[in-house]
Amino acid sequence: MGKKTKGKPGPRSGHVVWRGELTSSLALRLRAVGLAGPPLLWLTLLLAVPCLMLGALALATRGQYGEVVFSFTLENLKRLAGFGLYGWSPNFLYIILRSFWVATATTVLCVLLAYPLTFHVATRPGRTRVFWLILIIVPFWTNVVVRAYAWLLILGPQAPPARLAAALGLIRDGAALYPGPLAVYLGMVSTFLPFMALPLYASVERLNWEILEAAKDLYASRVQIFMQAILPQTRPGLSVGVIVTFVPSMAMFVVTDLLGGAKTMLIGNLIQQQFAQARDWPFGAALSLALMAMTLLCLALLRRRRRQRPGGHAEGVLSRLG
Amino acid sequence: MKEKRPMVAIVAVASLALMYLPSAAVALFSVNNARYGLAWRGFTLQWYARLFGNRDIIEAAINSLVLAVVSTLVATILGTALAIGLRRAPWPAALLRVFDLLINLPVVVPDIIMAVALAMAFNVLRLLSSVFEMGLFTLIVGHVTFQISFVTLVVKSRLEALGQDTDEAAMDLYASRLFHFRHVTLPLILPGVLAGAMLAFTLSLDDFIISFFTHGPESVTLPIYIYASIKRGLSPEIHALSTLMLVLTTIPIIIAERLTRRF
Repeated sequence: MGKKTKGKPGPRSGHVVWRGELTSSLALRLRAVGLAGPPLLWLTLLLAVPCLMLGALALATRGQYGEVVFSFTLENLKRLAGFGLYGWSPNFLYIILRSFWVATATTVLCVLLAYPLTFHVATRPGRTRVFWLILIIVPFWTNVVVRAYAWLLILGPQAPPARLAAALGLIRDGAALYPGPLAVYLGMVSTFLPFMALPLYASVERLNWEILEAAKDLYASRVQIFMQAILPQTRPGLSVGVIVTFVPSMAMFVVTDLLGGAKTMLIGNLIQQQFAQARDWPFGAALSLALMAMTLLCLALLRRRRRQRPGGHAEGVLSRLG
Repeated sequence: MKEKRPMVAIVAVASLALMYLPSAAVALFSVNNARYGLAWRGFTLQWYARLFGNRDIIEAAINSLVLAVVSTLVATILGTALAIGLRRAPWPAALLRVFDLLINLPVVVPDIIMAVALAMAFNVLRLLSSVFEMGLFTLIVGHVTFQISFVTLVVKSRLEALGQDTDEAAMDLYASRLFHFRHVTLPLILPGVLAGAMLAFTLSLDDFIISFFTHGPESVTLPIYIYASIKRGLSPEIHALSTLMLVLTTIPIIIAERLTRRF
């Protein structure tokens, strides 16, 4: 180990100079293991191994009483593909496709709202800009359950939006605007808008406005200005925003659980059902693997264009909510 | 280009409305003197007063706080040790890549998968020891597991920014190992450690999914309490509780904003 370090071999074998300190490579090794060992062991035992166990569990089946029977079959994958007890039905595939679709729609809506929002914030003068920025940061940290709760109140049967919809004949008198796609999308977009807006703002704030002026002087249309002058400059923030919006919204279960019904079920809800209600852990594990594969596929697709690794920290903070 | 653009301003204000109107409604009805219906019946603080008389809510609040404090302490120590251990000792490059992957796992893996994996791990571990029955302990272990990564990533970037000149200078001046850590390394990385701890604390308070899968019947946190009460229906007490949680998340953000602007 010692030889691979920047330290030079010392006068006696086994001695190295490491960052100005004369020490033995054994002492260095002990120090490294002593410091990094316990947390690495923690992460391995409680994160890496359980994730691998999910893979093994996906090959098992559910016993008669909800227990796990290790039978090493591909039964769960077949079920996922729709081959159930009663012939082929695409229900689970629908849910997977819907997860993709809801995540895509949420991301697009967030992009459409985040560009005007961040441009507006970036063009505010000094103190007003800080105030606007705080207005975006606060909902970023708002608990997702608290947010869903608020939508339940405002979309409730007696609240003005539901009354308006009833007056227009869109819903029955005295009905609520949830559960349904409208409530789900309102919940999703309001949850993830700060996730899109904050990284995007970091790019918009550094925008070179002269390029936009130049484009305008050269009679570029609005679409051309956006495509040629704005998009290339804001792409770093935009791609982080897309990742931290798309990936967790695909795995969402709180918003769809509280604001949606059976018709808005996502793969996250299905996973939760298998573990909480159906007690079918092996199938839940297979679904988790499917979600993981979807996540990695999307990350690979989204990151292919970007050479450098995204800022792990900022992105990590942002991806917690899902 | 910085001309007035009414459409941009309208969409910006609409976006804010989307994020704030529901919460504002909850705050408004948390001081409405009516248990049912949405008609305004005058200002009251009785729902807030009732919160403090509700033992379940007080217990959930204490659980949330204990969970956040303990898990943050453990994760900060472990995460900082990990960052120092990785940066300040010779590791083979191949191993470092594996460790990097491990550290980034909680960042990439969706919450729900981590929650499921943890629940499964506890189900196996509780066969070995009853400590791992779902409860406050499993909650803390679960939170630490995702917090370590975030602390490590923050501290690591701080260490990388520092370089190794100060280490070499300290060693050239015959600083002992302990003196070096106490008076050179620690003061230099402290802002990173504190930032990592703040982040871990907020993540713990904000978390719902990991807690939902790893809590026991006796260890309910505030978000889980609210989730469970939604299933029973909305009530003014929960309006008040939600409003309090909203206000409590706002305060540290404003303080942090003030602090970063001053320095």
